[in-house]
Amino acid sequence: MTSIDTERTITVTVNGVPREATVPVRRLLSDALRHDLGLTGTHVGCEHGVCGACTVVVDGAPVRSCLMLAVQVDGAEVRTVEGLAREDHQGGQVLHPVQEAFRECHALQCGFCTPGFLMTIAAGLEARDNAEELTEDEVEDMVGGNLCRCTGYANIKKAVHHAAAAMKDADA
Amino acid sequence: MKPAPFRYADPSSLGEALAVLSDEGAKVLAGGQSLLPLLSMRLAAPATLVDINRIPGLDAVEVTADGVTVGALVRHDALLRHEGASAVQPLLARATANVAHPAIRNRGTTVGSIAHADPSGEMTSVFALTDGSVTVATTAGSEVVGWRDFFVGPLETSIPAGAVVTAATFPALPPRSGTAFAEVARRKGDYAVCGAGVVVTLSEDRRVERVLASYVSVGLTPEVHDLTEAVAGSPVEKADWAAAGALARTLVDPDTDIHASADYRRLLVGVLTERTLADAAAEAAGRAA
Repeated sequence: MTSIDTERTITVTVNGVPREATVPVRRLLSDALRHDLGLTGTHVGCEHGVCGACTVVVDGAPVRSCLMLAVQVDGAEVRTVEGLAREDHQGGQVLHPVQEAFRECHALQCGFCTPGFLMTIAAGLEARDNAEELTEDEVEDMVGGNLCRCTGYANIKKAVHHAAAAMKDADA
Repeated sequence: MKPAPFRYADPSSLGEALAVLSDEGAKVLAGGQSLLPLLSMRLAAPATLVDINRIPGLDAVEVTADGVTVGALVRHDALLRHEGASAVQPLLARATANVAHPAIRNRGTTVGSIAHADPSGEMTSVFALTDGSVTVATTAGSEVVGWRDFFVGPLETSIPAGAVVTAATFPALPPRSGTAFAEVARRKGDYAVCGAGVVVTLSEDRRVERVLASYVSVGLTPEVHDLTEAVAGSPVEKADWAAAGALARTLVDPDTDIHASADYRRLLVGVLTERTLADAAAEAAGRAA
């Protein structure tokens, strides 16, 4: 018999850590990450899928977290901006190559849109073979779904190339 | 900007889904890339959401020499990357590449986009252009519905409440044919101000035999326009594609909205038709050789 609910307890692995939350079924994934799990790095902009600020990676693919219900990620793996940097040997943190590239190329100003860009680009670059040359079309397709109202896109596109080159070197 | 309360079920079989869908005010949730914004803006407030994402077997792309059948849970991105599907019907990859952005394509489903029946959708247009059909499941069984009987109006289809569209079938590209798809949008991946998909078929002696076109964001429901008469019998290298574009402009009935006037859309129909037909004809000539 199918269970029909207004509230559910979900288990989801977020940035490698299993988490549990009891949520109303209408809770958007973006809100569940921020309110129920306390991960406020995921930003909420338009809440209808246009701005891309809330982009997170679900089971390996970047998606708009405002266009998914929290109950839909029950059993899934979610990666948010908090999961990009990794720990180094001294207990400090090492930025992800895409984060490093954003700093290097001045690809952010106010930073509101940045988590969404970082997740889209990190997933995009990790999914491709960075030994192959990154075309301008590919870069535009990758970042075209995210809105930035401060810096413009020139430096963001530069950062994608910068990060791809760093990831290629790391692979080599 | 939060959905109104609803009840939620994520059944693990089609039979269970159909049982829950028999409740009044129940709605199917597949990719959710159109439905979730409607819920958040409270333009839709279903009593029950029936999430079909956990039903096994609905995520297959089946390719035969006759065409491509796409299951209800196949994401746009999976169809875009399916080489077998685009070999049999190249319009599938060409159109899905124009659907929104990667993050939307990763989640949104091709069948859901067709069932949503938005005349500004790429896949509704290509579904019509390829003479597609959907498989509709109800508690009474399953039936195949052709595209002409499927679209009723903007965001409205003929399928009864409580039904699930389980698959869409896109017939194969005929021999000696070529296709093209192009659109004009304010920003790459945005809703198109106007888009065009075309199929050009040549005769054995490389003359234009048939020209079909379908448009995006033009008219209330997807339509297929036969432009053959403007160029019929012309050798493919000498066909007057501008004449076909001019004919197309007389056949369409676009609307004015905040993004473009009806006149501008009609102009774009002419320009995109001429451009895409030249590309499609070159491809058809290559395949006919």
